[in-house]
Amino acid sequence: MITAAESNTDAVSAEQRLRYLLRLADTSLVLGQRLSEWVGHAPTLEEDLALGNITLDLIGQARLLLAYAAQVEGRGRDEDQLAFLRDAAEFCNVSLAEQPNGDFGQTIVRQVLLDAWQVELYQSLVGSTDAQLASIAAKAMKECRYHWRFSCGWLVRLGDGTEESHARVQAALDGLWRFTGELLTPDALDAHMASHGIAPPLAAIRSRWEARIDAALEQATLRRPPPAYFPWHGKRGVHTEHLGHLLAEMQHLQRVHPGATW
Amino acid sequence: MVAAGTSSGTQPLVQRVWQVLETVMDPEIPVVSIVDLGIVRHVRLWEDGRVHIGITPTYSGCPATELIHRSIREALLGEGLPEVVLETVLWPAWTSEWLTEEGRRKLEAYGIAVERTPSGRIACPRCASQAVERVSEFGSTPCKAHYRCSACLEPFDTFKCI
Repeated sequence: MITAAESNTDAVSAEQRLRYLLRLADTSLVLGQRLSEWVGHAPTLEEDLALGNITLDLIGQARLLLAYAAQVEGRGRDEDQLAFLRDAAEFCNVSLAEQPNGDFGQTIVRQVLLDAWQVELYQSLVGSTDAQLASIAAKAMKECRYHWRFSCGWLVRLGDGTEESHARVQAALDGLWRFTGELLTPDALDAHMASHGIAPPLAAIRSRWEARIDAALEQATLRRPPPAYFPWHGKRGVHTEHLGHLLAEMQHLQRVHPGATW
Repeated sequence: MVAAGTSSGTQPLVQRVWQVLETVMDPEIPVVSIVDLGIVRHVRLWEDGRVHIGITPTYSGCPATELIHRSIREALLGEGLPEVVLETVLWPAWTSEWLTEEGRRKLEAYGIAVERTPSGRIACPRCASQAVERVSEFGSTPCKAHYRCSACLEPFDTFKCI
């Protein structure tokens, strides 16, 4: 729950609120787009359906958040225009979400790290002083808890599985860990939102995220990598090279045929 | 934002709308109505004479949501009822607890088990055995998980508890 709530929300500008909403919306959208790449390619039909279903939830969350962001922006754009007509530097997702799928194990590791973050974040955002954001969070929280159940289950099976599966997920964890700093380190906007009770303080999210991840890693017999410096600031639009490629595929049709429907 | 509809003359319209909504089936699970699913949150007659219907999505990205909106409009139009205003209600978030008893019975008769509590007992809708195993956390739609009965060996869907 948010404890640092203040009644004065006037000091939060529309631009700041918009930027913060885009961090949440774009993380769901980009992660959803990444997961959708598995559709038709997952190891088994059941996992194919699972990843496709998680994709649907994430894109649904992104749609609700982007629709609200568009309303806050007040320039007549809608959620589709925000999703399909912004360039990479205007996307505010955390960099971890845009990292490539790799093998199934790497996808699961990325999912575990982000599910834990989204569960904790949305759980806190239910108490946001922003009523519309709180409503969206209440819905997203339930869905993300279910995603966590899935991803955490697979992390344990793979980590505590064969020598091969253990080695692969440990390597994926070692490779992706450096992107987790961005999830848990507040910048000026995070701090400003927290001071107005719109978002929780990231320090509180960090301790709960770490407890969740540590318990999962222990069960999966995996080793937590050491803290790493992170030069990526996806939240501020500074992304790894992977986002541009992802957007090229996702946005291609709307860029070529603006407003196309079918 | 004040809902009227307290005077006796206006209630029949609201009741009529509820009756029609009970005939609008879920497009993916055609044995349960949207009322059985618990996604119709309110039907109110406003002072301007228009009926406002509040619908909540089961899952944020449920692809059936738009089709459901269209089905509602078509069903009401088919019954000669005036154009309504459809409102999306996000709060409180949908929960499987809102599924009616009638809805649960219909789902089970259709071959879909219902999970009553998270990780609670699930019985095979075909042979009622509780010796079941979960094949996948997810099924053919966002609201279902995939199970198999160890007794009769039949696979079946389970309505998730969320």
